[in-house]
Amino acid sequence: MSYEAHFRVWRGDAEGGELRDYQVEVNDGEVVLDIIHRLQATQAGDLAVRWNCKAGKCGSCSAEVNGRPRLMCMTRMSVFTPEETVTVTPMRTFPVVRDLVTDVSFNYDKARQVPAFVPPKGVAAGEYRMRQVDVERSQEFRKCIECFLCQDTCHVVRDHEENKTSFAGPRFLMRIAELDMHPLDAAAEVGLTRSSSAQEDHGLGYCNITKCCTEVCPEHIKITDNALIPLKERAVDRKYDPLVWLGNKIRRRDA
Amino acid sequence: MATGTTPTPSATPTARRGVLTPGRAAISARHLRTDRWWLPPLVTALGLAAFIGYSTWRAFANSHYYAAPYVSPFYSPCLATNCADMKGGADWALFGDWWGLSPALLVLIFPLGFRLTCYYYRKAYYRGFWASPPACAVAEPHAKYTGETRLPLILQNVHRYFFYLALPVAGILTYDAVLGFRDEHGRWGHMGLGTLVLLVNITLIWAYTLSCHSCRHIMGGKLRHFSAHPVRYRLWGWVGVLNGRHMLLAWSSLISVGLADLYIYLVSSGAFDDPRFF
Ligand code: SF4
Ligand code: SF4
Ligand code: FES
Ligand code: FES
Repeated sequence: MSYEAHFRVWRGDAEGGELRDYQVEVNDGEVVLDIIHRLQATQAGDLAVRWNCKAGKCGSCSAEVNGRPRLMCMTRMSVFTPEETVTVTPMRTFPVVRDLVTDVSFNYDKARQVPAFVPPKGVAAGEYRMRQVDVERSQEFRKCIECFLCQDTCHVVRDHEENKTSFAGPRFLMRIAELDMHPLDAAAEVGLTRSSSAQEDHGLGYCNITKCCTEVCPEHIKITDNALIPLKERAVDRKYDPLVWLGNKIRRRDA
Repeated sequence: MATGTTPTPSATPTARRGVLTPGRAAISARHLRTDRWWLPPLVTALGLAAFIGYSTWRAFANSHYYAAPYVSPFYSPCLATNCADMKGGADWALFGDWWGLSPALLVLIFPLGFRLTCYYYRKAYYRGFWASPPACAVAEPHAKYTGETRLPLILQNVHRYFFYLALPVAGILTYDAVLGFRDEHGRWGHMGLGTLVLLVNITLIWAYTLSCHSCRHIMGGKLRHFSAHPVRYRLWGWVGVLNGRHMLLAWSSLISVGLADLYIYLVSSGAFDDPRFF
């Protein structure tokens, strides 16, 4: 089945822009990215869009479709009725470059601010041995394709530009959780407590666990339940639990 | 969240903040969602408001909370002298007779604090009552946002202490449910619809309590090496299964505790007799 769909696509750059109307053919089995490509091929040769894999694995084609942060290549046209207007805009949390392309360097800055994995002493690279049960939690977070849809949807920065300096965003708080749960990370040995640093240096307290990051993650990572809330609990251990604090003082060992 | 009232230099003027910040794609609409995004926060807010209204009335009413052998979960344990005589129930006049208000107020602060600081209810009321955010990618109406970084919301971090306190409360409600197997004269070997109501309620309360995120952390989530703690790893796994349904359990236990109280209110006020199974 084919039909003519009504699309509204945001066209413009940092100076300004508008939602422009297009009538465009849609065929069975297509996704939003196919339609954007058809627009490029037939009516809007200069339409800027970022994409690579068309398989939901590179994280390039992030945009907002009918107001919801999504991967264009993973949004099937069959979820819309033929009568429905489909509005496609760039992500609205990051500065726009042109049309559907945004400047996501905020995320790279935040990535750099998270201290890297600290190699354990006395174990050469290539000799790391870990039990599967011990790495399992961190592995869930490794599924991340860095599409930054979670960063885009998080109201802490989406609705409050001024919070961008102090808040790392769900993707990078999750990175801290990944390392804090890593069986071989030796951050504690060099005096870095990742959980309290998440709160003090990376803005964990800004997250009010309203779960929008989890809702939009195309990899279905349980960001809030498995990374952010456990990280908050770990910070409580360090900062607000006198029993745990006392126990650690006395026993001086890490579980 | 709305604590800081002095304008800071970093706050952009109302018209150009959030998704309207200069440099972002110039779109005047605060959101472009076409689905009924307002429905879930509305239903949440109405549901919570209904429970708050009902429980406030019942907590202050100070009447019709005991219909032998059943006691309303709102009034147990009863810690003041002015409680109804509960025949072996959790009726300990720890507070003496100076307490003239409803005895429910003395104990309800524990479940109230537990649910108020619960990670799920936080999400529910931040979205439903505070619109922060009302729904994903729908701009919130507030000019400033500091989340849980400062007072009062930084106090949400005490949740695990309310979890510890919730355990004895659940224990006492379990005891109350067991007492439902006595008849109104205190003889064992009885069961009525009220017993069943209390049993269902306490099962849901336990499931909700144990599915708590703090519980999941305490059981094993805090560990670095699961392989060194096989028992706690198991416990963590079990709690994790419940935890995945935390929202469902939060609502079902909220409804069941309200219905259990309503049932006892109706029996105690004589609206109908408790049907007896044996
Ligand atoms: S759960 Fe926290 S990090 Fe995720 S979107 Fe909500 S506020 Fe942001
Ligand atoms: S966590 Fe999910 S939503 Fe966030 S960047 Fe990774 S894949 Fe994308
Ligand atoms: S093009 Fe790679 S995720 Fe969509
Ligand atoms: S009771 Fe909901 S998280 Fe603890």
